[in-house]
Amino acid sequence: MAEIIAGVAMSHVPAIGVAVDQGLTGEDYWKPLFAGFEKSKQWIADQKPDAIIVVYNDHATAFSLELIPTFALGCAANYEIADEGWGARPVPPVIGEPELAWHMAQSIILDEFDLTLVNKMEVDHGLTVPLSLMFGQPDAWPCPVVPLCVNVVQYPPPTGNRCYNLGKAIRRAVDSFDKDMRVIIFGTGGMSHQLQAERAGLINSEFDNRFLDMMANDPEKAAAISHVEYLRESGSEGIEMVMWNVMRGALDHEVKEIHRHYHVPASNTAVGHIILENIK
Amino acid sequence: MSAKSDYKDIPGTYVFDAEASRKGYHLNMFCMALRHAESREKFKADEEAFLDQYPMSPEQRTSVLERQWNTMLALGGNVYYTSKLAACDGINFQELAAMMTGMKLEDYRAMMVAGGRPIEGNRSKAEWN
Repeated sequence: MAEIIAGVAMSHVPAIGVAVDQGLTGEDYWKPLFAGFEKSKQWIADQKPDAIIVVYNDHATAFSLELIPTFALGCAANYEIADEGWGARPVPPVIGEPELAWHMAQSIILDEFDLTLVNKMEVDHGLTVPLSLMFGQPDAWPCPVVPLCVNVVQYPPPTGNRCYNLGKAIRRAVDSFDKDMRVIIFGTGGMSHQLQAERAGLINSEFDNRFLDMMANDPEKAAAISHVEYLRESGSEGIEMVMWNVMRGALDHEVKEIHRHYHVPASNTAVGHIILENIK
Repeated sequence: MSAKSDYKDIPGTYVFDAEASRKGYHLNMFCMALRHAESREKFKADEEAFLDQYPMSPEQRTSVLERQWNTMLALGGNVYYTSKLAACDGINFQELAAMMTGMKLEDYRAMMVAGGRPIEGNRSKAEWN
């Protein structure tokens, strides 16, 4: 049977993608950020996952105001890399895992989460930056990906608790997939940042580090954080952190923390990262 | 609703809620078009003619033509959309953020490298008065 062996959370700042693509990762500005992912790259190479579920948000790329799905599950065989307004990132195409994705779709919808299913979707930095952080610059990504897109652009996003419970439904779906597969789930976005208006540049490292602690040890407490608290305490775009709750809900209640990294700044954003393994 | 639970009390922030989305639909959809290279070329060639395709309010149109970034947000723009207009002008996200705060780019960059804008003093509008 398939199993979720671990969850990984990380920020998905577009400037990180630019740094990778332009070979700037060794510069003083970027070095400490990327150093925190060295252990992660080794870890994921050792894990050899058969598939990765990437929980991320689209940034007015595949979805505009014409169509705003709260949860959209990618069921396609492959996903094109989007031009977000400055040209597509020079990264390998993203290969899907339609069999697992369609199984997840059926299981999760019958579990009463009314997903939108997507068969054609361009993917933006929200999905590709986490792959770059964990896998560097390979000629092809080492395993297929199931994208799960969460609306966090149009207020209100789904609540942290709803995200956490969706994670539990994802767990039940993967557990019931009749194929031996080792699956890792990524929860992406955050941490504290505000990209807009006069308060842009807000960073709240105390909030972020408390949130990392909750991911490790007290997921229900993280799931209970209200939208206004995210907006006020972690910046208007910090609300992306609701997506980490999806990842966390798909893991056991008690997990083993393998690695943690926190760095300010990447452009306008606090970068957070944590690796949590299910205890066998 | 108490001030504590109301996101409208957060200073220097436009939450992209139902009201903003309704108001800003055409403004944002104009920005969305700039995702495509051919639209960017058409817009650069004749901004007024390109904008004629989008029935936005005169105030919104002026804010676009004059690149009033915060006014666009106040009139229903969302930063993930308006950043596409910025990108079309060759302005990246950090440069855009600096402009919206009214800071010089080097000062904004220095603030971020020093740990960012602190949360203390930036939680509620009362603290900004």
